[in-house]
Amino acid sequence: MTDLTKLTISAALDGMAAGDFSARELTAAHITAMEAANVLNAFITKTPEIAVEAATASDSRRAKGETRKIDGIPLAIKDLFCTKDVLTTAASHILDGFVPKYESTVSSNLWASGAVMLGKTNLDEFAMGSSNETSYYGEVINPWRREGSDSPLVPGGSSGGSASAVASFSAMAAIGTDTGGSIRQPASFTGIVGMKPTYGRCSRWGVVAFASSLDQAGPMTRTVRDAAIMLEAMAGFDPKDSTSVDMPVPDFEAALSGDIRGLKVGIPAEYRLDGMSPEVQALWDQGIDWMKAAGAEIIDISLPHTKYALPAYYIIAPAEASSNLARYDGVRFGLRVEGDDLDDMYARTRAEGFGAEVQRRLLIGTYALSAGYYDAYYLKAQKVRSRIADDFKQAYQKVDVILTPTAPSPAFGFGEKGDDPLAMYLNDVFTGPASLAGLPGISVPAGLSSDGLPLGLQLLGKPFDEETVFRAAGVLENAAAFTATPNDWWRG
Amino acid sequence: MGMIVQGATGDWEVVIGLEIHAQVTSKAKLFSGASAEFGAVPNSQVSFVDAAMPGMLPVINEMAVEQAVRTGLGLNAQINKFSVFDRKNYFYADLPQGYQISQFLQPIVGEGKITIDLKGGESCEIGITRLHLEQDAGKSQHDQHPSKTFVDLNRSGVALMEIVSEPDMRSPEEAAAYVKKIRSIVRYLGTCDGNMEEGSMRADVNVSVRKPGDELGTRCEMKNINSLRFIQQAIIYEANRQVDIIEAGGTVAQETRLYDPVKGETRSMRSKEEAHDYRYFPDPDLLPLQFDDEFIENIRATLPELPDDKKARFVNELGLSDYDAGVLVTEREVADYFEAVATGRDAKLAANWVIGELFGNLNRTGKNLADSPVSANALGELIDLITDGTISNRIAKEVFEEMFDSGGAAADIVEEKGLKQVSDTGAIEAAIDAVIAANPDKVEEYRGGKDKLFGFFMGQVMKATQGKANPGVVTEILKPKLDV
Amino acid sequence: MSLDKATVAKVANLARIKVEEKDLDHLAAELNNILGWVEQLGEVDTDNVEPMTSVADMQLRWRKDEITDGGYADDVIANAPGREDGFFAVPKVIE
Repeated sequence: MTDLTKLTISAALDGMAAGDFSARELTAAHITAMEAANVLNAFITKTPEIAVEAATASDSRRAKGETRKIDGIPLAIKDLFCTKDVLTTAASHILDGFVPKYESTVSSNLWASGAVMLGKTNLDEFAMGSSNETSYYGEVINPWRREGSDSPLVPGGSSGGSASAVASFSAMAAIGTDTGGSIRQPASFTGIVGMKPTYGRCSRWGVVAFASSLDQAGPMTRTVRDAAIMLEAMAGFDPKDSTSVDMPVPDFEAALSGDIRGLKVGIPAEYRLDGMSPEVQALWDQGIDWMKAAGAEIIDISLPHTKYALPAYYIIAPAEASSNLARYDGVRFGLRVEGDDLDDMYARTRAEGFGAEVQRRLLIGTYALSAGYYDAYYLKAQKVRSRIADDFKQAYQKVDVILTPTAPSPAFGFGEKGDDPLAMYLNDVFTGPASLAGLPGISVPAGLSSDGLPLGLQLLGKPFDEETVFRAAGVLENAAAFTATPNDWWRG
Repeated sequence: MGMIVQGATGDWEVVIGLEIHAQVTSKAKLFSGASAEFGAVPNSQVSFVDAAMPGMLPVINEMAVEQAVRTGLGLNAQINKFSVFDRKNYFYADLPQGYQISQFLQPIVGEGKITIDLKGGESCEIGITRLHLEQDAGKSQHDQHPSKTFVDLNRSGVALMEIVSEPDMRSPEEAAAYVKKIRSIVRYLGTCDGNMEEGSMRADVNVSVRKPGDELGTRCEMKNINSLRFIQQAIIYEANRQVDIIEAGGTVAQETRLYDPVKGETRSMRSKEEAHDYRYFPDPDLLPLQFDDEFIENIRATLPELPDDKKARFVNELGLSDYDAGVLVTEREVADYFEAVATGRDAKLAANWVIGELFGNLNRTGKNLADSPVSANALGELIDLITDGTISNRIAKEVFEEMFDSGGAAADIVEEKGLKQVSDTGAIEAAIDAVIAANPDKVEEYRGGKDKLFGFFMGQVMKATQGKANPGVVTEILKPKLDV
Repeated sequence: MSLDKATVAKVANLARIKVEEKDLDHLAAELNNILGWVEQLGEVDTDNVEPMTSVADMQLRWRKDEITDGGYADDVIANAPGREDGFFAVPKVIE
């Protein structure tokens, strides 16, 4: 029998439809793979019992002819999504023991489509990080290693556990969240597909908030087609989220026509950074050639405020976070550290409950909103954000999609970025601008670095035009023909 | 008339501004679907949104928007078609989000003005600075446990309107009249029940003092006062305190103070205020609040007649005195009751009955108008019996008492008790003759010029007829008999 | 603009995060490093530019005034580290 974990979602759905295997068998194979990959630390909480139960229910639906869209597909859920009666941590000490009594809209949508939950994946604490080094539950390890090396690499972040789970074939797909690149960058680091839809496409209800105006859920899969299938199951209007957009969800899979003749692909000059890795540059050039070869029209564009995106992002996101994370105060859920009085209890709880990076961002965010500094920092950053959004608006008058690298480098080793938060922040240099503008973006694995690590290319689209992004991504995926997988050293 | 504090250095003027927090009348909360009703078991009217559970998001209640606009129109204020919800960030046990969703720079309602009614029929205009929507906090109980504070989030997220006045008031009486007027308006509009005891209306009172004609002094804010009496007491205490400080060479610190009604004094809450920096910023979970002119006009079209207009109409069209009209319009229910009684009848007579007998009996029995055993219709029928001569005014009062106690109809009581006025001249004449015969000395005195005794004879006749004689007929027959 | 130790302490207090005196210098340096990098935003001409208020081009939706939620006090306090008699319990606050 074939290794069921190596299937794509579309192949698995076909296999179950044909009666080649059951949802229970598919799920069992993934539970085994998940357990075998313990060393990667991709999961904070595994839920094999729930998975088996859900797979059994799926099989009985299928038997009755009541099969749903992604019935029986075993998934990993980033532990930022609240899951009813299942521990939800945001990878933070401060949410110790928190068991929500509600289910996030996105995960509810997936269960309603028949999906199976394998467990909750590790992440940077409160999704603040680009390497998964800030989790209270320990680092996640990238299934990929440099050629000839045994030293562990980061999976990227913040959705590093989700990326690692998918890349290690522990889950058929995972869901992540992307605030400044948290789906796309780890997808690039682990050789998988990661899609951040347009802001407002997926409900944020029940997702632990990091930065409300930026957070967006999305799928992490091994193929573009799987990403399209997953997004369709996740997305949809939610009256419980005021920023959710009341628009029908298109048939994303149907958009994968494979035909991009005449598509206008923009190449932004400002993304050619000084000192960018020559391999990343080379891969980007290669991507341009692939698109051209497929009949697309390549157009040079300018996004003049690109370099200001990260500084703006690192004011706006922490400012929103400083307010969003005020609710973690030891009163209604999670960790409480007793103190002399209420304020002391707050201060001790939050000092012990939040890790260093989260604290750093909360302080920056608090400062940026404080009296006398609001105009200079927060307001200024939001104005710059308007200019960045406007850059894209201008560009999209001329082009349909924009092609860029996903990240400035392949996966790096633990501690390699040293103590300097800024060095880490630069990971988001290509993903951050689209987040600020709320645009959809996808990372597609497109090649290997000289030391054998995956590199992704990013396609950005117009608001709510995920279909074109998927279509272009499908062509890019075909052209790149990326079939490399990490050797499964973790199975021991 | 402004309040003057007579200090050692001369007279001081008191300047007062109010921020009234009025709970919006609605079924559900401002940003969640939990009930906004008062009371209930702790934390039973709390959604995960109100408890600020991770990942919860606000969605605005359309009723809150409507009510704010309706109130704005009632305050003759500018309605802002574009407004923004901001987060006001601070930590407190009963503030689960760690921020209050409020409106800071761009409120839903801008400047307006209202007229307040003062003693002696005077009135003056008070400016409204703004009205904005915001969430209420939960409730902390400090006296349930020796070392713990208990928190109930039932009120958390209830919609409030904060109505901010200009510093236009100059005395505790004006402040009280202002609060009364706001309460009257919101109750007319049905946008807030105005219940200060349950806390659905409460005021933050800003007080400063200055020498007449000087610039505004430094103000102190007294938070959350929930009675008219306490508002006035707090102002008097605070004004005197500030004058004492300044005259002793000190300066008033701008701060938040707590009014303690038990001790009758205000005290500093500076310790809590320390380093407050609310870090307002637009709530990224919400978009700006927008609506069009049509929305406003649809609400305007449903506005009831407000107390000022109603009062003017009662005076100009119904001929009521300013005072009576003022009393009748304060509460919409009273005005409606009065109008029901007055329709098709003598309005002044109706007003006298409502203000006199009805209010008297309600006060006596501690009842509200809503619980009145005498309906407007029933009172009207009683008045009809007076007007058509069936009963006298005096008998009518007796009948009213009976109606109030038993809930019976006027005509039935009159019939049952045989209270119908006697206009039969034969019977009346007989009674008059008997009275004259029984009092020869008084007749002598009357005829000798003591006119006042006419009342005595009237009384005797009425007594002899158990008050049922028609006084007009009595006068008509009695007078010629005495004057012979 | 540069943060000194006192400002960091003040901000930490606003954020209700206990920071030890000995850590203030280090933290101030880190935050200054980030803020220094952010300063480049000053280069962007934002005269007559409105700050971004909503990412998606849409209007705020309104909910009907209906009671659709609440009524599950047990679930509300289920995760509370301190709870008594159906209330959340915190260290006594003296007003």
